[in-house]
Amino acid sequence: MWARPSQLLRRGIIGMNRRNIRYIGRYNSRRLYPLVDDKLKTKLLAEQYGITTPALIGTVTTQFEVKRVGNMIAGHDGFAIKPAKGSGGKGILVIERVDHDGFVKPSGAKLSLEDLHRHISNILSGLYSLGGAPDVAMIEALINFDEKLSEYTYEGVPDIRVIVFRGYPVMAMMRLSTAASDGKANLHQGAVGVGLDIATGTAVRGVQFDRSRRDHPDTGHELASLRIPDWTNLLELAASCYEMTGLGYLGTDMVIDRNRGPMLLELNARPGLAIQMANGEGLRSRLDLVEKQSDRLSVKERVTFAQRHFARRGELKDLPEPELAPTCVNT
Amino acid sequence: MSRLPFYLIVGLLMLLGIGTSLHRHIQMEVPWTPGEQRQVWEVEAIVDFTALGDPARVELALPSHQRGYRILTENTASPGYGLSFLQDESGRRAQWATRRATGSQQLYYSVRLLVTDDQRKRQIARPPLRDVSWERPYDTAAAQVIERAWMRSADPYTFTRELIRDFSDELQGENARLLLTQFERTPLLVRLLNQAGVHAQEVSGLLLEDGRRRQTLTSWIMVFEDEENWALFDPRTAEQGQPDNLLLWEAGGRAVLEVQGGTNSRVTFSMLSRSQPAAAAVRSQLADDTLLNFSIHSLPLEEQALFQTILLIPIGALVVVFLRILVGIKTSGTFMPVLIALAFIQTTLPTGLIGFLLVVSVGLVIRNYLSYLNLLLVARVSAVIITVIAIISIFSVLSYRFGLNAGLTITFFPMIILAWTIERMSILWEEEGPKQVLIQGGGSLITAVLAYLAMNNPWIRHITFNFLGVQLIIMALILLLGNYTGYRLLELRRFKPVTED
Repeated sequence: MWARPSQLLRRGIIGMNRRNIRYIGRYNSRRLYPLVDDKLKTKLLAEQYGITTPALIGTVTTQFEVKRVGNMIAGHDGFAIKPAKGSGGKGILVIERVDHDGFVKPSGAKLSLEDLHRHISNILSGLYSLGGAPDVAMIEALINFDEKLSEYTYEGVPDIRVIVFRGYPVMAMMRLSTAASDGKANLHQGAVGVGLDIATGTAVRGVQFDRSRRDHPDTGHELASLRIPDWTNLLELAASCYEMTGLGYLGTDMVIDRNRGPMLLELNARPGLAIQMANGEGLRSRLDLVEKQSDRLSVKERVTFAQRHFARRGELKDLPEPELAPTCVNT
Repeated sequence: MSRLPFYLIVGLLMLLGIGTSLHRHIQMEVPWTPGEQRQVWEVEAIVDFTALGDPARVELALPSHQRGYRILTENTASPGYGLSFLQDESGRRAQWATRRATGSQQLYYSVRLLVTDDQRKRQIARPPLRDVSWERPYDTAAAQVIERAWMRSADPYTFTRELIRDFSDELQGENARLLLTQFERTPLLVRLLNQAGVHAQEVSGLLLEDGRRRQTLTSWIMVFEDEENWALFDPRTAEQGQPDNLLLWEAGGRAVLEVQGGTNSRVTFSMLSRSQPAAAAVRSQLADDTLLNFSIHSLPLEEQALFQTILLIPIGALVVVFLRILVGIKTSGTFMPVLIALAFIQTTLPTGLIGFLLVVSVGLVIRNYLSYLNLLLVARVSAVIITVIAIISIFSVLSYRFGLNAGLTITFFPMIILAWTIERMSILWEEEGPKQVLIQGGGSLITAVLAYLAMNNPWIRHITFNFLGVQLIIMALILLLGNYTGYRLLELRRFKPVTED
């Protein structure tokens, strides 16, 4: 039922207090927060730095404009409505396709245009934003995620969380939405977290509700065979968010689009600790190692360093893996 | 990034907090616990004299704070007289005056004294040596008495003892007997001491005995060893030291009572001993607060009652900080539980809990309907506030009708906070499901109950109200907790699966 503190310490598990004081407090300057707390700002900034993000259909900034949403989304098959300052996935409404009689959510539930208006109106009045401040609604094109990954997820888009510390990707996991999580990729709502090997992008370990899992609870597909395509590219994209924001302890949420490759979905200046559960390993030793490294290296060099030092073999597989992603380690 | 300044600040706050608390405990005799009993003496002095029909002026010496006794309150009753209190280095005096007074006059002065363990001696200015001259044949007698005592002593104290012994009844010498025919015993002894070069003065004291009336002051000799140190001697027995039940009434070497415009004046004393709770004794202390004795007691009573509550808020905050940083309990709204706990203090716990659950659950149902109306946020929360007020009014009226007066205290709940709580819980319900609502709502309630138990504890109430230094200690503790990077208690459970394989 309870672990002893010494057990957690030995595994290098980081607690909330340590994360807040030692990493967020020390490496994330307050004045940089608006860059990541406002998704619209993040998006515009990412464009400057050549980081791909989902296409923006439009924004709604005033209650007056809410009525025009119908025109804005005309012709788009699927889209997502997000509050620019939302946190923890709150207020994100995903419409998978548009029927003749309404908008269909991934769960199959249908919404009317009225419902969309109400949702956007709620976003504008600050219902989902931090501190209830007035907000802006963003409408983004839906991501066409890679079919190879579709069997691992139920509804919703699986996203990949990479913790980037001082520009080094230190730990990663994929979040697979489940029926229990209502298509949302939030671990505490019941999504499955799959730890990913930084070196290869293969699955290390799966957890749901803090208990380990070997298969997806809804699709029944085993998790061990999960392998993220275009992995090194994705890591480089994530690592370059350090230069973009200046935040030293950063959670980057990435998705892989069938046509456009890895994309940045959003950034988080206060990334959660569940990633340690998904990896079955604490962040402590990796962060300690990165703290000793120079942050003057280029993105490629940092990713290479991370892939070399943070490589792990999956626990889900019984057989040892013969090749260890030769494309990645080439120094 | 050096943490030295941080620890310096924490250490300073700690020291300051403990220091001022100790100071208040030792100097002001404020007890650590509220239940302690303290002995209080009530002494009444009655001045009697016959006025001659002219302007009359009466001066009475008054006691001051001293070893073993602390003055709590003093009162006078003297119709027709103007009264003023005078203070100089020789002590405090009351001065009554009137234009016209005839016949028997009575003036009252009463004082309440707290018995303390304060053992420090009072600083008294050393009186100068007075020139002494004798007429014949007393000069030779005095010289011989002094000579005899001088030979058998080593310092002012032993000299005094020998001198008094010479005048005591059994051993009285011829010279002593001669001198006593002409002089009063105590002034005579002071005179002889002065002649021998020993600084001394006559002082008056009151021997406190429970229930005694019509007592008079007794005279004592205060002998100075040097500038600062002095000792009391009983001029009758030569015993050195101040008896525990002796209250020094006049210690400046002046007359106890001076009356102008009257005759047959005298002052008598009656006294009574009582026990009372220490907290009450502290409350009635004279407001002679300096910066060090900084205390809420100098405020008017109404503000004191207000501060009693305000000073408890840091305790509630400490409980919240403890539960969130060390335990990891989730609450809805960081300090909402403290405000709820404050309401619990007014309503008592069972009524408060029932009231809180009733208001929040009915509020959630109504808020659920409001969400269908598609309103703007501010308008919706305002509507919830009005709903909360309506719920509270209805419950108050209903409980009053059913004869449950406890239900009326429900109005003590902070309504706007409740409205926000309902709004937040409702959103939580929609987004994360009822389980999270139970976790956060339950966390808030547990925190509120624990904060209530801490804030309602009589001992904690006593300490926070009487020792303002404790606030600094709480501040230091909160700063220290804000520096804690270890695991939270609930994280030991959360991360347990990682350690299993």
